[in-house]
Amino acid sequence: MKFPIYLDYHSTTPVDPRVLETMLPYFTEKFGNAASRNHAFGWEAEEAVEHARQQIAHIINADSKEIVFTSGATESNNLALKGIVEMYREKGDHIIISSTEHRSVLDTAKALETKRGVKVTYLPVDKQGMVNPDDVRAALTDKTVLISIMLANNEIGTINPMADIGKIAKEKGVLLHCDATQGVGKIPVDVQKMGIDLLSCTAHKLYGPKGIGVLYVRKKAPRVRLAPLIDGGGHERGMRSGTLAVPLIVGFGKAVELCEQEMASESAKLSALRDRLHTSITGALEEVYLNGHPTQRLPHNLNLSFAFVEGESLLMGMKEIALSSGSACTSATLEPSYVLKALGVGADLAHSSIRFGLGRFTTEEEIDYTAKRMIETVTKLREMSPLYEMSKEGIDLKSVQWAAH
Amino acid sequence: MAYSDKVVDHFNNPRNVGSFKKDEEGVGTGIVGAPECGDVMKLQIKVQNDTIVDAKFKTFGCGSAIASSSLATEWLKGKTVEDAAKIKNTDIVQELNLPPVKIHCSVLAEDAIKAALNDYKKKQGPQSDGQS
Repeated sequence: MKFPIYLDYHSTTPVDPRVLETMLPYFTEKFGNAASRNHAFGWEAEEAVEHARQQIAHIINADSKEIVFTSGATESNNLALKGIVEMYREKGDHIIISSTEHRSVLDTAKALETKRGVKVTYLPVDKQGMVNPDDVRAALTDKTVLISIMLANNEIGTINPMADIGKIAKEKGVLLHCDATQGVGKIPVDVQKMGIDLLSCTAHKLYGPKGIGVLYVRKKAPRVRLAPLIDGGGHERGMRSGTLAVPLIVGFGKAVELCEQEMASESAKLSALRDRLHTSITGALEEVYLNGHPTQRLPHNLNLSFAFVEGESLLMGMKEIALSSGSACTSATLEPSYVLKALGVGADLAHSSIRFGLGRFTTEEEIDYTAKRMIETVTKLREMSPLYEMSKEGIDLKSVQWAAH
Repeated sequence: MAYSDKVVDHFNNPRNVGSFKKDEEGVGTGIVGAPECGDVMKLQIKVQNDTIVDAKFKTFGCGSAIASSSLATEWLKGKTVEDAAKIKNTDIVQELNLPPVKIHCSVLAEDAIKAALNDYKKKQGPQSDGQS
């Protein structure tokens, strides 16, 4: 087994060697600018970009002309929200998002709220992190120009009922944007069946390179228009100027193609490993809680709270495993995870949460080692925990008058 | 976050983990923090003839919080009650090389020391100063 073990695949993924191999010629001999219309170098680059566009369009059941390349999902989310609000400002000034969206949607919405006076509805989620389509319907007004709901959450892996939400959006004639960053390449995504008008995703979450993302922008029924964030040479149908990053785009296309080919077997393998990790841990430890949905969740995601121990100390106790925590101490803000908070998970359990993100190169041996180390570390830290001691003495921790600091 | 070697050492080999009976003769107990804030420290001292002969802790919190309380128990042992009250959070910050974002861990440790000393004094009778 090689150390450290990587179990943070929601954060980023390594480039698949097959992807890298496809990219390499486009750095050197095939270096042309895809916008150069007058020579073979340009044609070659353009052809490669168009091929990647088709590969990416295919996995979400879109047309290649509807694919706009960006620098990543953060830019795609910014472009979707700001671009739609700007373009449709005469129609209305209201948008709807969920409270567990990624920061690049939440903070964009907040910026539109404070700088542009846009009205934003932040939809609650249920205890398992899911948006209720009825809440979407109830929040719609005649001024609503956009609904933005994520496909799958990056912390807890809960998958939203996009098709139901899409039906409501269509019914009311409101555009639907979906941040599908964690879902594309991992679970089936179909913009037609789901009624999605705009969709964000990025290559580095699916074994492609960092620095390249996509915004799908529907061209027909309805034809979606957006105001660009970046002006210039009018690339990408005028929605995103800037010379295309051909090697990254080629890599993105190849990565998506591999994900599509391997999705069924990969998700079966990963959900089996994920369940093995979950049952090994809960078989040995008491008071371990699952965060997120028991079934409607990404196959490679597990998010657990270990009562009475703090997340950052857990990570510190098992440094040879790369994991992530919802604990405040791992963030710059000293606030525990807003996603877990939105689910109604108490701050104490949010501080105790660990996210396991499995991926293409995760092995059974690594999972068994992780379960073993997790159990050892939690046991050791609970022995040191005054909360565990109090709970063992039968003290109800909720009844204690704590001095918040 | 990169930790100093001293924090790592205290975290991996915490000194004086454990508990005394709260009602035992000469024992003072301080519990500070809140689970919602992500750290709770329990620090206990055992005093004989005005000298702290033993100290124990249990901490729910990040590595720096655990290290701060572990260090505090080390420093408390052998000190008189009066000298123990002089331990400052800044001493802990310096010794453990805590980054700014972790200074609150040292503050919590100082609060825990004070709370344990106050509890001890309160148990000794009304002539002692019970205020912090």
